Amino acid sequence: MSATTTTDQKPAAPAVETITIKVDGKSIVVPKTTPDPITGKPVPTTMIQACAQINVDVPHYCYHPKLPVAGNCRMCLVEFGTPAMGPDRKPVMNEDGTPKIAKSPRPAIACATPISPGMEIYTNTAGVLDMRKGVLEFLLINHPLDCPICDQAGECKLQEYSVEHGQSTSRFVEEKVHKPKQVDLGPRIVLDDERCILCSRCVRFSKDIVGDDALGFVNRGSYNTLAAYPGKPFDNNYTLNTVDLCPVGALTSKDFRFQMRVWFLKETKSLCTSCGTGCNTVIGSREEKMLRYEPRQNDAVNSTWMCDYGRLNYKWINREDRLIRVLKKTSTGHETSNWNTAVKEISETLAKAPAGSVALIGSARQTNEELFLLSRLAKKFAAMTDSVPRTGSSDKLLLSADRNPNSTGAKLTGISPAEMGSNIPKIAAGISAGTIKTLIVFGEDVTKVGISAELLGRLQNLIVSDVLPNKTTALATWVLPGCAHVEKRGTFTNIKGRVQKFMKALEPRDDARPEWEFLHELVYNVTGQNGFVSMEGLFNEMTRSVPGFEGLIWSGLGDGGANAKI
Amino acid sequence: MIVPRKELSFWERMYLPTIWSGFKVTARHFVGKKVTMQYPEEKWTVPPGYRGAPYLVKDQEGRTKCVSCQLCEFVCPPKAIRITPPGPAAVAETGNVEKGPKEFDINMLRCIFCGYCQEVCPEEAIFLKQDYSLTGTNRKEMIFNKEKLLALGGTHQDGIQKWKNK
Repeated sequence: MSATTTTDQKPAAPAVETITIKVDGKSIVVPKTTPDPITGKPVPTTMIQACAQINVDVPHYCYHPKLPVAGNCRMCLVEFGTPAMGPDRKPVMNEDGTPKIAKSPRPAIACATPISPGMEIYTNTAGVLDMRKGVLEFLLINHPLDCPICDQAGECKLQEYSVEHGQSTSRFVEEKVHKPKQVDLGPRIVLDDERCILCSRCVRFSKDIVGDDALGFVNRGSYNTLAAYPGKPFDNNYTLNTVDLCPVGALTSKDFRFQMRVWFLKETKSLCTSCGTGCNTVIGSREEKMLRYEPRQNDAVNSTWMCDYGRLNYKWINREDRLIRVLKKTSTGHETSNWNTAVKEISETLAKAPAGSVALIGSARQTNEELFLLSRLAKKFAAMTDSVPRTGSSDKLLLSADRNPNSTGAKLTGISPAEMGSNIPKIAAGISAGTIKTLIVFGEDVTKVGISAELLGRLQNLIVSDVLPNKTTALATWVLPGCAHVEKRGTFTNIKGRVQKFMKALEPRDDARPEWEFLHELVYNVTGQNGFVSMEGLFNEMTRSVPGFEGLIWSGLGDGGANAKI
Repeated sequence: MIVPRKELSFWERMYLPTIWSGFKVTARHFVGKKVTMQYPEEKWTVPPGYRGAPYLVKDQEGRTKCVSCQLCEFVCPPKAIRITPPGPAAVAETGNVEKGPKEFDINMLRCIFCGYCQEVCPEEAIFLKQDYSLTGTNRKEMIFNKEKLLALGGTHQDGIQKWKNK
């Protein structure tokens, strides 16, 4: 796709003027301007951006690289100096010929102060450490210190900076201000106003990123309180991002509320599969149970956000009725079989099938690799193939109208025709006419898309793989239990053609196996082709065979993915 | 390094004086105060500060003090503690208690009575009590659940009472 908007395909930005500054005595060259996170227009680079460039961490609460600068928490105060100017407006020089630095008598907030040539920033002086300590003392005056029951504990900036820069005892003897607790802000968010440090990240996110000006501060002074617009629930599709943004535990997710302490979570890099955007995510799981999604930064795809719809669409993975056994149809129903028998018997059946008598319905929820293996099978039988389109409403931020995570992959591998779903009526007609005797279905309930249960009953063989039971699996000759994306590795191609990989977070349940593992066996038994004993090998084999993926290698995908030629 | 062995003197080689001094110790204890006890009929009085089995406590008004922060589960060296957090649904019977454990199991077969759970607890909700002899007829019986731990732990005279004024 030529109109792709991923950053790494844009033409190189025009050369930006650079200036040299010193951070903690280390000289660095930084661009004079940086694109504004909202408008994209060049704005002067700030001290905190310059420090971030050389990984000097300036503690901060209200500053966020993707949000407009507010400058209200004062945590990022640093000391700085600029070259001294003589009365003749010429720089004053030291005896050794270096420019004399006039240290500013006052500190500055690093998030909102632009850098200037020759500037020196000091982030570690006794004065700066003292200021941080002071700011923390003020922030903690009215903080309830209920870390034992707070969901943020463990990933709380207030905790982290208190340990790093704060003091161990409080000098505050007066009564703390009590604010509303457990406020129901909307369908997915609980607010604890006592914990709030009034950084306004959530306010800016809702207003400037989502465009839903729903949050604001009411009352003044010590009683300053975050609140939603009266009578209006905070319910846009991006509310849960404010939970990630909140540096303390003021905004917490109702879904994840009191589910697990975060330090127990195993974090796995993954992708959201709820639409074609392919937001990068981190899965939090403990003891083979998935507990949450969090967005992972990828500026070419989702910045640092993800939508609530995708974030909460994981419950089906933990469902109790998942398919976990290989099932074979008998006269009375299904009986439990095993992989050895299943792969052997399916291979024998397929090997006898004449070309044209097999049809194949893959799913655009499957990985590129699985679809590629299916296309190998389809090629052998000259099978008619298709997958099932899913659409929904889209929005301007992330949510795509295409609700399949891998429609592009299905088209590139040839499983789906250019118009997804257009072959399904033809397959139905083929079954009806008796020319199609074997149907292979992966991850879809075809009874919902026009191949009725009555038609499925006419087939000699119906080989189905899925993760959850449905009407198609109920009629199948063979049911092969597959895996959710969290239980396997693979790649998806998003609507803009970005190939991104995801990692395995959970072990497959019981007899369920990643589809590519048994498909690889089937393909070998039926077509005699091999060459992929691992996910890496399979991916590289695919990129050699499928023109759209040409030039990609598994190790080259990295965490952020790479672009296919579409 | 070779340690030179001390040459024994004549009387030391005779052994008799040493045997005699040994008998003197035995004779002293023979008539002195008895130090053994008839366990289990006779029970040992546990000294204060003894680290026995960890139990959960309630405050004066019967609220479970534990808030399910799971620090004890995290710190427990033999992984004897297992807590099920309450989840998002509010529990009606707990009143104004915002959070408490849904389930709290301690496997007493695993517990090594180290006292880390008591030390780490920010809510003073778990204490090593004085029980040192725990017996059961099967392994399952030795996993103490929340109700059992609370019943054994009893009431702690709490100075703060976290939930009283919430």
